[in-house]
Amino acid sequence: MAVLALSDVSKSFGAVRALRGVSLKLEAGEAHALAGENGAGKSTLVKILSGVHRPDTGQILLNGSPVTFGGPADARHAGVAVIYQEPTLFPDLSIVENIFMGRQPRTRFGRIDRAAMAEQTGRLFAGLGVELDPEQAARGLSIADQQLVEIAKALSRDAKVLIMDEPTAALSGNEVARLFGVVKALREQGCAVLFISHRLDEIFELCQRVTTLRDGTPVAEDLIADITPDDLVRRMVGRDLDALYPKQDGVPGEVALEVHRLTREGVFTDVSFRVRRGEIVALAGLVGAGRTEVVRAIFGIDRQDAGWVEVGGRRLRPASPTAAMAAGLALVPEDRRQQGLVMDLSIDRNIALAGLAEVRRGPLISRAAEHARAQDWAVRLRLKFARLSDPVGVLSGGNQQKVVLAKWLARKPSVLIVDEPTRGIDVGTKAEVHRLLSELAVGGMAVLMVSSELPEVLGMADRVLVMHEGRLVAELPRASATEESVMSAATGRTAA
Amino acid sequence: MLVRRWESLILVLLVGVCVWAALGVDGFANTSNVSFLLLDTTEIALMALTMTFVIVAAEIDLSVASTLGLSCAVLGWLWNAGLGIELIMPICLLVGALCGAINGLLVTRLGLPSLAVTIGTFALYRGLAYVILGDQAVADLPAAYTSLATRPLVPLGLVAVLGVGAAVLLHATGLGRAVFAIGANQEAAFFSGIRVKRIKFWLFVAGGAMAALASLVFTFRYASARADNGVGLELAVVAAVLLGGVSIFGGRGSLPGVLMAVVLLGVVRNALILADVANEVLNFVTGLLLVASVLAPNLGALWRRRFTSQQEVS
Amino acid sequence: MTALSEATPPGHGGRRLFDRVTRVRELGIVLALAALFGVTGAVNPTFLSFGSIRDILLNSAIVAMLAVGQTLVIVTRNVDLSISSIVGLTGFGGALVLADSPAVPIAVVIAGCVALGVVCGAINGLLVGVAKVPALVATLGTLYAFRGIDYAWAGGRQVNAADMPESFLSLGSRSVLGLPLLALVALIVLLAVGWMLRNLRAGRELYAIGSNPDAAVLAGIQVRRRIMTAFMANGALAGLAGVMWAARFGTVDATVATGKELDVIAAVVVGGVAIFGGSGTVFGAALGALLLTGITSALAVLRVDALAQTAINGALLIAAIVLDRVLALRVAAALRRRRYRDAR
Repeated sequence: MAVLALSDVSKSFGAVRALRGVSLKLEAGEAHALAGENGAGKSTLVKILSGVHRPDTGQILLNGSPVTFGGPADARHAGVAVIYQEPTLFPDLSIVENIFMGRQPRTRFGRIDRAAMAEQTGRLFAGLGVELDPEQAARGLSIADQQLVEIAKALSRDAKVLIMDEPTAALSGNEVARLFGVVKALREQGCAVLFISHRLDEIFELCQRVTTLRDGTPVAEDLIADITPDDLVRRMVGRDLDALYPKQDGVPGEVALEVHRLTREGVFTDVSFRVRRGEIVALAGLVGAGRTEVVRAIFGIDRQDAGWVEVGGRRLRPASPTAAMAAGLALVPEDRRQQGLVMDLSIDRNIALAGLAEVRRGPLISRAAEHARAQDWAVRLRLKFARLSDPVGVLSGGNQQKVVLAKWLARKPSVLIVDEPTRGIDVGTKAEVHRLLSELAVGGMAVLMVSSELPEVLGMADRVLVMHEGRLVAELPRASATEESVMSAATGRTAA
Repeated sequence: MLVRRWESLILVLLVGVCVWAALGVDGFANTSNVSFLLLDTTEIALMALTMTFVIVAAEIDLSVASTLGLSCAVLGWLWNAGLGIELIMPICLLVGALCGAINGLLVTRLGLPSLAVTIGTFALYRGLAYVILGDQAVADLPAAYTSLATRPLVPLGLVAVLGVGAAVLLHATGLGRAVFAIGANQEAAFFSGIRVKRIKFWLFVAGGAMAALASLVFTFRYASARADNGVGLELAVVAAVLLGGVSIFGGRGSLPGVLMAVVLLGVVRNALILADVANEVLNFVTGLLLVASVLAPNLGALWRRRFTSQQEVS
Repeated sequence: MTALSEATPPGHGGRRLFDRVTRVRELGIVLALAALFGVTGAVNPTFLSFGSIRDILLNSAIVAMLAVGQTLVIVTRNVDLSISSIVGLTGFGGALVLADSPAVPIAVVIAGCVALGVVCGAINGLLVGVAKVPALVATLGTLYAFRGIDYAWAGGRQVNAADMPESFLSLGSRSVLGLPLLALVALIVLLAVGWMLRNLRAGRELYAIGSNPDAAVLAGIQVRRRIMTAFMANGALAGLAGVMWAARFGTVDATVATGKELDVIAAVVVGGVAIFGGSGTVFGAALGALLLTGITSALAVLRVDALAQTAINGALLIAAIVLDRVLALRVAAALRRRRYRDAR
């Protein structure tokens, strides 16, 4: 019998249907993979299993009997431990305290038994092969170390079900191997594991079974032994790559953006490249390789320690988004909700926000000009909305992304930087965004695209730049960019 | 939408209290009392104008009343030293702007929380006021100005002109849009090319200068420059701004709402005094109104969440 | 970069750095205290006399106790502005009962004041923890409201030392084992609260809530209940401080302790408690209170105008947070570089 199972679960957020009729069984001693593209509903599923969200319909079954998780505490009592992509530690507290917070061992008088905590932590760390100082504060730990603390936390709790949401995204090869050793041992002890990763080789190495989600709907459940990686990709994408990546070939023009030996100490080092008008250049690499940080510095969000950026032959003032915008740069940021949009503001005001000077009549804002600007771009990008005065927060992820694009395209930039342009949006809108980017490039815009999705990188880019640990390690023209060549550069196995 | 509803609520409350006071309180509904009560709100109204900008931008300034005190002390000291009042007034405004600039620099350059910074400068500026003027009261101020300040039309005209100016600035210009965006989501505002730090800095400077302007009105109105002028006004100003529907978390609020809240508090105060309710009970009413103004929408939200399906978006 | 990369195991260096900084922080206050006493004592040796130090301890007892309570709240990323009004309410209420009903035992009055403080704290806790009103707004409101009740209760009346039993007033001046009783009470409270914050689950959970509220929920901490507890404990200490105030000063009216809230917060922040929660100790906060009170006494001894004291408090608070910030930025930058070196 399954330790933990979902039966016909659905969940919506406002107008967005995140999950539809999902069933899933986690068996003891089995590692079960959850595959699917970004936005397929994997994170929502994890949050339901961990008690953060409650399903709208359907049931959670624990050892065969229905349960309701009122919150994360209930799920934890049921033996479910979750290791999130972004660890959730208390930065001010020590590692030991982080592991045992809320359930510290106590002496008879209710006093926290620090000796017992230290002893148990020592044992856990020895088992994991971790060499961290348990009394150290969590602030300042690398993501990989934080991840290990999270795993120690789960182990200390004797979890029956271990859910890992992209735990390897920020880990190096050694760290991944160490993690897998631990997880395999846990599995053999009878733990049920739910594993989510974008790296197919990891799924094939660790798991016995895989469930694939597409747009919130389960499309297949297979034994790993029965399928090939290609089969899995087909299940995830569900259509031909050509339809998703309608790339037209443009003619590269003069250099629009030049980055010269850009360095930010401790983040990225000596990054130089050029982007020409009419081409799409992808910046690929693993999470944490420094790609987002590079485009942030280009746009003036962060200050570089050395090097410079030229747009149209003119050097930019560092650390000034205003200067970057005046020179014709536009940045569609990674985090749409936090950086791209002001959720409380209406659609038209969000679109006007990057061009307040352009919707003025005299000293005052012209509501008519603001509205016209939004209307124009809403039509061009086929935005689905009720009224332009609605807060942007009510739109679906894909439509929110269109608002961000409209906000920047309305400024008529010469260089468009997009960071994870299709993260968390549905497949249909995704294809639209890809078509738009392609058209913009053909129309003479220089496009720099940061993406963690290999198919997107390979499908859209004229050239692929690969970063590894803060350095640019490879430049691959479209013809020689393959999944293997990009991945081996991104993991540091080959250097250009 | 919530803001609109809140403004209407304040307006209804204001009209209600006025009607009640006019019918039930002797001596409320006559011209001299009404002009007196309005006059009495001048300083709070002035400081509330700039405080609205600061709080909409998700910051706070608890040092305004101390800035007012420091400006009063400087005025008294320079007057004692024999300077002309026409020269002293711009100096006071500069002192106020400087106080605001110090707050602004600490908040924007060092990234310190404005709450902690302005609790510090709250003590610092008031302390400097005591150092400059001690506990003396400077009262021999020029009659031309003291009589001007007690003629209702002048201070109220000032409030009206600055109020309209501030309302236009906040609600109809790019700067106002930027202030709302900063308060609602500072990071997104910065990513949109808005100069977050620079704008915040100038908001604090304007707040300081406005406190100094309020100090001039205060000094002339009471014909007395003292270091302890306006002690405790900062809380009254913040209370009025919050009661006016501005969110303490920034990004929401309107100037008309704030001005109505200032008048509402003034009317309540005046009516209770006329009705012979102990002056001190006013504190209780102020506190209650303040808590209620934040509690009501929160409880409303709790209520809605309980009776409709969850609308959380991950 | 490579030249600098020593074989430090990741983390250990960061640990040492972090420790050093926190130690510097509390050491800084101790040094400031030492400098204060050294300089003032050199100018005027009577400052270091037994009687003078006894006075300083007595004077700082009430602020230190309030600082301990305030720390409980600030550590959870909240703040309580209403404590001065709670002190006023309980101080006046206690004195009034003692004056009007001499039959009530003193112990009952003290317990009553603490209970009243707990009720006030519970109101704050309900507003902040349950109704989710931002602490700053909620306690600003109750600052007015509690003071209003105080005024209404007093109706302009003042209770004088002559109205209260001598046995009560002597609590304010009596010494036990050479220590003033009030200072001893504050010390016991300090040690007890300090022990609880360090050794009880509830104590550690307060830090967790302030350090990362979302993670606290995920860790299954009863956030609401803990915030309630912090506000109620703070209210209880404010109630106790109210009685102490009445015993110490003998003359009380409805204005007792007006404006004290910002002094207390200043002491807490000077003592190294982060205004946005998660770190700091009650010992630091108490040291902060001692430092600020010590300065007041020193100014009197040095014949500096007492009026300068407010300004000095403010300047000290700003200096403390600026220093904290600069140190934090340094540490963050150093950690960034070190992590990068380790990754190489």
